Order: sequence, then C-alpha cells, then structure tokens
Amino acid sequence: MERLIIKSDQIHTWLAKIIETVPRVLAPVKTGSKAEFREIKDANSVAYDTLTTTSSVKASAFPNTETLFAYEKQGTDTKIYDVAEENFLDTVIWRARPCDAVGFGPLTKIFNWDYKDKLYNERFSRLVVVSFACDKADGCCFCTSVGGGPGNTAGSDIMLTKINDKETLVEVLTDKGQKLIDLCKDCFTKADDSIDKESVLAQVPVRFTREQIHDKLAKAFESPIWKAQSERCLGCGACAFVCPTCACFDIQEDAHGNHGRRVRCWDSCGFTLFTQHTSGHNPRPTQATRWRQRVMHKFSYMPDRLDIYGCTGCGRCSRACPVDMNIAEHLTNIANNE
Amino acid sequence: MSKLSEKTATLLSEGTVKMIIGYEQGTERPRPAFCHTPEDCKLLIFNDQCSSNLAVYLTKKEIIGEDKIGVVGNYYVIKTVIQLNRENQINLENLVLMTVDGDDVITLGNIDEMQQYVDTHEPVPNEKVLAAIEKIDKMSRSERWEYWKSELSKCVRCYACRAACPLCYCNRCVTEVNCPQWIEPWAAPLSNMEWQINRVMHMSGRCVGCGECAAACPLELPIGILTKKMGTDIKNTFGGWKDGSVLSTYNVNDKENFIK
Repeated sequence: MERLIIKSDQIHTWLAKIIETVPRVLAPVKTGSKAEFREIKDANSVAYDTLTTTSSVKASAFPNTETLFAYEKQGTDTKIYDVAEENFLDTVIWRARPCDAVGFGPLTKIFNWDYKDKLYNERFSRLVVVSFACDKADGCCFCTSVGGGPGNTAGSDIMLTKINDKETLVEVLTDKGQKLIDLCKDCFTKADDSIDKESVLAQVPVRFTREQIHDKLAKAFESPIWKAQSERCLGCGACAFVCPTCACFDIQEDAHGNHGRRVRCWDSCGFTLFTQHTSGHNPRPTQATRWRQRVMHKFSYMPDRLDIYGCTGCGRCSRACPVDMNIAEHLTNIANNE
Repeated sequence: MSKLSEKTATLLSEGTVKMIIGYEQGTERPRPAFCHTPEDCKLLIFNDQCSSNLAVYLTKKEIIGEDKIGVVGNYYVIKTVIQLNRENQINLENLVLMTVDGDDVITLGNIDEMQQYVDTHEPVPNEKVLAAIEKIDKMSRSERWEYWKSELSKCVRCYACRAACPLCYCNRCVTEVNCPQWIEPWAAPLSNMEWQINRVMHMSGRCVGCGECAAACPLELPIGILTKKMGTDIKNTFGGWKDGSVLSTYNVNDKENFIK
C-alpha cells in the first residue's frame, strides 16, 4: 500500500482526467436537500458537502431493475438472448464512503454463496471504488459498532482523507487503484510518514459489538422485543432499498406475446407479500416477524452461513425511515436486553 | 406530568382502552408511540412537529386487535378517521379519539364533533406545494410530461408512499396483481408513472391532504403535488372531500366537462 499526498486543488484535475478516460463515473450529486449517486460527465457536479447519499452505491453492481435474459419464441423453439457485454461498463465510484465500500463484501458473498451470479460479478469486477474518509458523522452513523470506521479502507481501491484545507492523504490500496493514480501521476507526491490520518477522522462512539448482538439473537427468536420494536414500522421497503447490503430480489416476467425478457428487481423482506405462499399461508404473517427476519438475517444468519455481517453501520435505513425505526437504537436495546 | 400523559394514563389504568397511540420524541423529530401501560404514557408529547398520520395504524388488525384503543392525533388524523368511518374501515365504538389544544386534551366523542373540529381548524396551506403546483400548471403539456418523467424515473418502488398513507389500506394493492398485470412492478420510468397515476387516482376525493406520502419518500420526490392537485380538481369539479369518493359515487348533475 502506498501513501501519497494530493493538493486539494489538484483533486479536481485528477477527477476530470478520470471522467475523460473511464466509461462511467458515479458520484454524489445534489438532489433537492439530499444527494444521490449519479453518472457525472463534469467534475464540477460532485456534491462534496453531504455526509452520505440517500441510497447506497449497491445499484452499481446490483441494479434496482435488470434484465436477466431476453427470449423469443420461434415456432416450437425458444431463442434466448443473454445480456450483451456492452451493458457492463468499467466504472469508477467517486466519493464513496467507507460504509459504502465495505458493503460490497456482504453483497459479493451473497451473490456467490451457491450460484455464482454472473451479472453481479461482471458488474462488480469492473468497479473501482474511491472512498473519502469521514470527518463528520450524524446521529444515525454507527460504523464503529459493526467493525467499520470513518477511515476504514476495506472494500476501497483508493481512500482519500482530507488532512487540512490544502492537502489530502491518498491511500492506494489495490492495483486497480494504482491505475487511477497513473492517469495523473503529476498530481501526487509521496506522503510523509508523520501524517496522522486518525486525528482528522470523525468520532463515532461504539454503542455495541456485532458479537454481542449475534449472541443475544441466539436466544431471542421468541422474544417480545420484536413486536415492541416493530409496532410503528409501516412495512415499506425504504430501509431495504437504501441499504448497501440488502440483496433480496424478485423475478418478474416482462412478456409481450412471443417475446419478452425476465427481469430481476429489488424486493424487501419487510413487505407482506415477500413470503406469501400461493396457498394464502404466510410464514411471516406480522410485521414483528418480518422485522425479526431483517435483524436476524444481518446479525445471525449471514455471519453463521457466510462468515460476514450484513450491516455496515451507514445509518441509511434510519435516515430513510418514515417512522424513525432507528436501527442503532433498536440494536442497542437488543444488546442490553435481558 | 403533562395533562396529556395524565389523561392517557388514566384511560389505560381504568381499563377504558387497551392501548394509546400518540407521539414520542424520536431521533430528530417526533415519531409514533404505542403505550400499553400508564407508565408508557409519560413519554407522550404533542407539538407542531407531530406530523405522522397515526390513522395509518387503525386499519392494521395486528397492531390494534379487537380491543378499544385511544389515539392522540393531529388535525389530519381526525380528518382521516372521518374518511375511514365513511368507508366502513373502522369501528368508532372501539376508538377514543383525542387531540391536544395548548395543554388541554380534547376528546372528540362522535363524528359530528370530529367534523366540527376539522371545519374549524383547517391548517394553513403549504405555500411550497401551492407554488410548485402553480409552476407546473404554467407548463405546456409536453413540458409537464418531461417534468414528471424525469422526477418519477428516480422512484425506486419502495412503496413508502403507499405504506405511509392511511387510506392505502388494501390487503392486496393493484400493483401486486399479476393476472392481469395492470402495473409493471419493477422500477422503470413508465411503470413508475403508471404506479403514481394509479395511486393518485385511487385517492381521488378520499385524500385528506396530510402529505405523508411525500414526507415518507426517501428520495424526496414531489408526489404530494399530485394528490394536492387532484384534491383541488375534485373540489372544483365534484364538490370536494365532504362528498366522499368520486370514484364510487354517481350524480346525474356531474359536470363531466373533463370528457373531451
């Protein structure tokens, strides 16, 4: 790993070079009072004054709606058309947060658990993640309680940390990252060993540990806490849709006579219909059982089966929730529950 | 202890109601609260920031059960209760509906009292929404189409708008019917537009204007404009909210001047 310094005014030059060279650059762009990752064509369009985007960056590898294949009936035969190569673009994700970058870990494990998901893997392999360490946090942030941190480099190819108004530390973490540095070699100088990254990072208090939650959950399946916590939950999918690691999807048929396509689109375990059987039976008949599933999946089933936790502590679900289902608050209560 | 906490705690301790739904302080603003014991009522608050339309819980059997419950709601909660009653979705005998005026708790014992409260407490219109409607009204048809196509293409179909709406209480939403598939359930510009148009059509003449659909949208899409505009058009064409759902009523004197 190499540590470099870039002068703050050179960041713009470097990004412009990246936009010029790379087929697709995604970065936070202002949308009303918030920001979202959008494709940018101009280095000036990046929103630098927001903490996080509303949605995570997962759509870059796992789009909200994607074609799995197209088909056409020809007499008694059916012709299948795979997704064309040109749909997979080399992509730089600019100004991701550490909690975005680390989210690709659980996502990649889910999409390679049994079946190796070609579409996800094709998209993910073409991503280069440039993260910016956090110097601020809000009341919904809890990365340090789930093994992350405001300067955590896991999942990033490059991490930038603003040391002062003039200088930014650049940690080059992978070969992919190095290639982006090579686009603008003159922009960088070697970093002094004395530069202390930790001192400029946001302070995010540790409220619980993942292991604490995992151990509590082992005995909590029948706990009344699920009903108590979920009473106000409306059962929408906002939390799952903005989450960097939620990967539930639905398969739909976009049929038009003798041709059509099969579509994969985001789904949520919070929806009533998610587990509804065609018989009418629903194994998760109440919001309490669906809320339990959401927490159990992230903090019990995923670590047990995939050896990774399904939460990065980004707090997006809490910010997006119409009724303030603050997950960090709920998890703290679970950790302290007798 | 506030009068609100005292009153609600008494209702619970005397066994008049089994649960109180009100507001408590949340992370950054008030949020819905569910009190099962007199002790729980200590947390209850009521102020201008208490904007959630708590009537959304009144059609959720798993939350309210078969017992009598109390609700301490804002203007829009009261207005929604009137509409839910009109649509035969709630049993008023199992509801103690309250609101707060200054420090005092007001109980609205029947539909007439609720209607009188609503008639005399109409909130100031949201200037931002009115200005947005005015701006869109001035657009040409093609400009409007482009505006909505651009805005609604951002919709991710999380259905927070549907979930937050107290009048979207169908057990099975039209967007989930797949035989025939009226609305494509995946996120795409045209299907998103179909979804929002359907949502607004189903609200015509029923919408109480609480704006919770727009407040719930994590992407801040201007969908509250649609329901507001629909409400204004219904008022001008069919006489407004008091006359009930325009989709389920018929009057030979209807103007029908929208048919061209």
